[in-house]
Amino acid sequence: MAYMHIGKDFVPPDVPGKVTGRIKYAEDYTREGMVYSRLLTSPIPHARVLDIDASEALAMDGVFGILTADDVYPDGEPQSTGLKILTNEPTLVGEPILALAAIDEKTAETAISRINVTFERLPFVLDPLDSLAEGGANAYPGDQNTFVFRQGFATEKWTEDQVASFRAGNEPTAEPQQTWSLGDLEAGFAASDFVYETTFTTAGYPHHSMEPRSAMAYWEDGKLYLHGTSQSLTALADGMAPIIGVPKKDIVFINAATGGGFGQRARANSIPSMAIPAKLSQKINRPVMMRITREEEFTIGGARQGFQGWIKVGFKPDGVMSACDLYIISDNGGKGGGGDASSAADCIDVLYQPDALRFRGTSIGSNTAHRGAQRGPGQNQIAPIIAPILDKAADALGISRLEIRKINAPRNGDVAGPRQTPFTSAYVPESLDMATQQFDWEGRQARRRQRNGSKVIGLGLGQGYHNAGRSGMDGIVTMGTDGRLKIHNGAGNLGTYSYASTSRAAAEVLKMPWENCDILNVRTDNHLPITSPQDGSNSIFTNTRTMFGAATDMLNKMKEIAATDLGGDPADYDVSNERVHQIADESIGYTYAEVAQRAMELGGKFTGEADMPEELAEWTQISVSRLAGSAFMGVYHDPRHEGNPPGFTVTCCEIELDLETGKYEILDMVTIAESGTIVHPQGMENQLVGGAVWGIGLSGYERHLYDPQNGLPASTGYWQSKVPTYLDTPVKIGTGWVDLPDPENPVGARGIGEPSMGAVSAALTAAITDALDGHHFATAPITADMIINHLAGTEENAAPLAQNNFRG
Amino acid sequence: MNPKVTRRRFIKGVVASGAAATTTGMWYAANGQDRPGGAVERLIRINVNGQMRSVDVAPQETLAYTLRYKLGLTGTKLGCNRGECGACTVLVDDVATYACSVLTHSMKNARIETVEGLESPNGDLHPVQQAFVEELSPQCGYCTPGQVMAAVALLRENPNPTREEARHAMSGNICRCGSYDSYLDGVMRAVQLG
Repeated sequence: MAYMHIGKDFVPPDVPGKVTGRIKYAEDYTREGMVYSRLLTSPIPHARVLDIDASEALAMDGVFGILTADDVYPDGEPQSTGLKILTNEPTLVGEPILALAAIDEKTAETAISRINVTFERLPFVLDPLDSLAEGGANAYPGDQNTFVFRQGFATEKWTEDQVASFRAGNEPTAEPQQTWSLGDLEAGFAASDFVYETTFTTAGYPHHSMEPRSAMAYWEDGKLYLHGTSQSLTALADGMAPIIGVPKKDIVFINAATGGGFGQRARANSIPSMAIPAKLSQKINRPVMMRITREEEFTIGGARQGFQGWIKVGFKPDGVMSACDLYIISDNGGKGGGGDASSAADCIDVLYQPDALRFRGTSIGSNTAHRGAQRGPGQNQIAPIIAPILDKAADALGISRLEIRKINAPRNGDVAGPRQTPFTSAYVPESLDMATQQFDWEGRQARRRQRNGSKVIGLGLGQGYHNAGRSGMDGIVTMGTDGRLKIHNGAGNLGTYSYASTSRAAAEVLKMPWENCDILNVRTDNHLPITSPQDGSNSIFTNTRTMFGAATDMLNKMKEIAATDLGGDPADYDVSNERVHQIADESIGYTYAEVAQRAMELGGKFTGEADMPEELAEWTQISVSRLAGSAFMGVYHDPRHEGNPPGFTVTCCEIELDLETGKYEILDMVTIAESGTIVHPQGMENQLVGGAVWGIGLSGYERHLYDPQNGLPASTGYWQSKVPTYLDTPVKIGTGWVDLPDPENPVGARGIGEPSMGAVSAALTAAITDALDGHHFATAPITADMIINHLAGTEENAAPLAQNNFRG
Repeated sequence: MNPKVTRRRFIKGVVASGAAATTTGMWYAANGQDRPGGAVERLIRINVNGQMRSVDVAPQETLAYTLRYKLGLTGTKLGCNRGECGACTVLVDDVATYACSVLTHSMKNARIETVEGLESPNGDLHPVQQAFVEELSPQCGYCTPGQVMAAVALLRENPNPTREEARHAMSGNICRCGSYDSYLDGVMRAVQLG
């Protein structure tokens, strides 16, 4: 389909501000009379606050007040997992206990040093398996170690023998908290010609976005103005209002740019710390800036869930995956986690379509950083574990590594997951073909395991997946009598430029030149519609639907006005060159400026004063009511879609691994997206190369280290939990996309942000395994010291399946 | 707080806030701020973006702190404040320098350039900035000013680098979004733009 905007590059309006430094992040704002907040955080991993004596601090000149958990939770703290604003029951080092406001940070810091906090020390645990063992410490309040949905805190224990057996590499025998299955597992393994079984670990690791979660807040005329950080503007503000305790109509959330999203800035409950300056400002009646340090960001920002797992996979002689059995202990950290483990099983079901699959999972807390959404939760952790297993099966069955993936690949019409949800569309075999041809996969096979002195070549092929689209949100477009199109977009600016690329769906409907469009975002008093939290790779799918729908509503209203005024039926009209006109005689019509003028004269449904969709969210209703009568308006509530809109990726890579140092160079990498129609090619390329860097980090570098004696985090910075640098990534990453439209999206688009990471991690781990003659570490990351230890036959100084420490 | 807990029922763990402050005090120390009663600020003049600026500076104050919070040049970002990420990169006598890791008092005879000083007086973007726009090099943008300054330093030293040379020259700047490929595309385009 020939589009005016879709599939074409453009300069998103915030890019010049990013290269000049003019765009403002939360910490760049100031306000007259602004004071500064500093945090007193827990220095011990598990405790109860018994007393806070702040009298000396409060008596200091320049100190304006403190905020404690008793202030923010007068009825007691929520008895559930999840981050709290402040707490008297810290379950990890660095958790905020109180905030103090002072004339400057120097004074605030000095005042905090004069506060005496009396803690009751409680036993702590860093490794979920240690907590599972009888007698092991428990991470959560009330001496509990898990949280059961709708039931509350609970305790889960295995016998010491059960834990020891699992650590020794055997299938866990304890009852899991959660299980689901598909097909006949026993029959699947019985039909298998090749069965592979192993325990595995994947490390949790910090979010570590570049912008620390600083925030500034002030109150004016009963409204809260909050300068914060988010990856989903209205979705986050909508959730933040009840956390702070302010009506939705009275919060203005301002967020021009966010220094990294990656999942944990999507929802208000993952950044409740932004309520601290808001509540402190309310208490002391001054604007409050809360700057967050890199160390604090480690705690507040949270981390990916680590896995301690066991997997058994069977393949038939023809290469079909006949059965997969998966058991995962997921590390929920100190504040609870997510559904990563089940998503990992779902991912295997999606990508390899096994005849039978069983998932068993148990989530256990540890007194470490909180866990939550982080780029491909579950799908990406399992990617580096499963890829080498496919290669082992291919080699054992005499099938090529490409062919075994094509044999098992999902296709249009397939279903997957516990609910056996059909894909909205799926073109994975096409993606595998495109990637391998662009990379010359077959041609490079002769180089596999080729030696050059101490260096050896490894090849890897990997796949990634994440479900990539939601629906049920709202859209608003307006037009003034100047005829310019104003696109009210509640999407956050997290660096994907989806706020701009989804806006182009509205311009497309009205065939509007891009230079005559204005995107209204940045602050919620620009009257923005509700959006979905922008996690789960869903922005493109979700918000093109709403933008397209709102513009279509305006288009229909244009035609109705023109037909009423100029004769004929609305169906007799079309738009072009910023005019609505008769199809038969283009001279009969209105310019956009004229039709907007007529809409203003007519009022009612044309200006948002009547006949709005009943299903609009409260947030959207507030925005529409404030806009009503001020402009020609198109409004839309998006109905739910059917099926699972998937995002798929395929990556090929070649590495050269030095057997003397354990270091490897990625010589070449190609990564291909299968995510429907490509809306913004440059943005897509950015998502692919960015995801690639994350995949390299998952496979080779990033981890979560804690001091076992005191529970102190040791990976609070960029070098301890090493984020890949320019020198850890390929000189150039090849990219491409299948570009076939998805029927459930009006412009054919689906998301890609998360699977772009998984395929790379899978391919890189497969390549490392290949270079080491098939040695399967069954862990992520695989660091240089692990490689050296393996080659030297040296036992590693780490407990099997360790978590929050070396090798996990 | 739990009023039912008595001193007989627990091991008292009084953690003087001195212990707590070892966590929070990192900011304090990294910003070169002295505790009250310490050394006083001194008025000095430094050359920033071609202008002599008078500013009161504390003895251990970092250049990043002075630029951001005293001169209002917030284009210089603080990502780690401890020399790990490069978001605060500025040019000191044409050399890419982490502004979080040098003291402002040591800058008295230096020529400091920040991202705000790159545009021409008529508002034209510097070739590196223009190239980064055309290649859509930034993602979240937080590291971008530092990446821009590192690229400018490189091209002044070596106006025609290879991609491999650019990769090494830029390697002191982390991008958590992973936009390295796009930044290198930008550097190579900037070479063409001159």
